[in-house]
Amino acid sequence: MRSIIDILDLSTTELSELIATAQDIIAHPETYSEACKGKKLATLFFEPSTRTRLSFEAAMYELGGNVLSVTGAGTSSAAKGESVADTAKTVSCYADIIAMRHPKEGAALVAANNASIPVINAGDGGHCHPTQTLADLLTIYREKGSFDNLTVGLCGDLKFGRTVHSLINALSRYHNIRFVLISPEELKLPSYVKNETLKKYGLPYVQSTDLEEYLPQLDILYMTRVQRERFFNEEDYLRLKDCYILTPDKLKKAKSDLCVMHPLPRVNEISVAIDNDPRACYFKQVLNGKYMRMALILKLLKEAQA
Amino acid sequence: MNIDSIQNGIVIDHIKAGSGMRLYELLHLGDLDVSVAIIKNVTSKKMGKKDIIKIDADIPVDLDVIGYVDPGATINIIKNGALTEKKTLALPQKLTNVIKCKNPRCITSCEQELPHVFKLADEAKKIYRCVYCETKAQENNH
Repeated sequence: MRSIIDILDLSTTELSELIATAQDIIAHPETYSEACKGKKLATLFFEPSTRTRLSFEAAMYELGGNVLSVTGAGTSSAAKGESVADTAKTVSCYADIIAMRHPKEGAALVAANNASIPVINAGDGGHCHPTQTLADLLTIYREKGSFDNLTVGLCGDLKFGRTVHSLINALSRYHNIRFVLISPEELKLPSYVKNETLKKYGLPYVQSTDLEEYLPQLDILYMTRVQRERFFNEEDYLRLKDCYILTPDKLKKAKSDLCVMHPLPRVNEISVAIDNDPRACYFKQVLNGKYMRMALILKLLKEAQA
Repeated sequence: MNIDSIQNGIVIDHIKAGSGMRLYELLHLGDLDVSVAIIKNVTSKKMGKKDIIKIDADIPVDLDVIGYVDPGATINIIKNGALTEKKTLALPQKLTNVIKCKNPRCITSCEQELPHVFKLADEAKKIYRCVYCETKAQENNH
C-alpha cells in the first residue's frame, strides 16, 4: 500500500503530475467535485494544527468525499495508551485514507507499516511534513514557472524546521538551484542535511547570520518561525524567537519579483505591513496546499484501487 | 596463551583489536550456556593486533551484527575439528534490534515494543540512521 511519509517518496515525475492535477483542479474545480464520492478520509491529529487539518478536510470535501476526524491525543484512544500501530489498524477498518500528525518523529511510518490503507504524513514532530512541501512547490511553480535556476533563501529556524529540510530535499533534484541559509548559530541547518543533500549533490550554498546582506540576491525567501514546541529550554526559545523580522523597509532591497514564503503560522517573523505587497505569497501557499492535498488524495486513492 | 581448539562451533577471527568485547555484548554471548573465549590483542601479521572469539557450539550467530561492528572480521565454521566454511562480511544494509535510537523525540522512545531499525545511509563513512526519525546511530547506541 503506497503511503507518503517523506517528500522524497515522490519522484520528480510524480511531482510534475501532481502539479498538473492541481492546476487542472484550479481551472476546472467542477470536474473534481464528485471524484471521491463515497470515500472517507480519517484525519488523525495528535498535535495541535489549524491549517493542515482544515486543509486536508477542505480538500476531501471539495472532492466530494467525507471526513472522520480525531483531534488531540486526549480525545482518542491514544490517551488510554493505544499504540500508533493499533490506531492505524483500527482506522483502516473505517476509512479509505489517513492523514496523520503526531508529535513523535517516525509515527507516520509506523502507521503506514500497519495500516491497510494509504497514510499521508501530515507532520511527524520535527521530522517531515511532505504536504507542506507540496504546497511550497506549487507556489514556487506558479510564481516562477519552473524549479530551475533559482536562488532560494531559507531564513530562521533551519535546525528544527522540518519544512526547510523537506524543501531542500525536494529542490535538490532540480537544476542550478543555489541556497542561502540564514539563521542564528544555534539554529543552523543540521550537518546531515548539508552532508547528505547539499554536498552530496554538489549544490552551491552559503551560510550566514545576516538576512539583509543576501536579500537582494534572492528569488525565493522562505521565512520560518522559531518553534517553541521544539525547545526543551524556554530561555533558549525566548532568546532566539525574534532573531529575524522581515519589514517593508528591509524588503526595499529585494528583487521586484521576489517570492516571500512562510509555512505559517507566523509569529513576528514577517511584519503584517508586508501582507499587501505583491511579493507576499504565504497566503497563496495556504490555498495551494489545499489543491496539492486534493491532487495527492486523488493519486493515492486511485493507486489503492488499482 | 593456550585456548583449547573447538570441535564444533564458530571462530570469529580478524576482529579489530578492542572490538571483541562489544561484539560479545551485542551477540549476547554471555547468555549462552556453552564455552566462549574472547582472546584480546592477539599478534597478527596482517593487522598487528586483533581480537578473536571462539564459540564452542554450532549455533546461529547474527552476521549483520558482526558486519556492523567489524565488516573486516571473518567467520570460520568448525565441524569435527576441521574448518568447513569461511565467511567474509560486509556492512549490513539494515539492522534490526541491534542498536537503539536515543532520540527522545523518536516514536521508539515512547512505544516500547517497536523494533529499533537502522538503515545504512553512508557506506564510506559507516553511517546508520534510524528509519523512523533519521537520527544518526552513535557508537554507544546499545
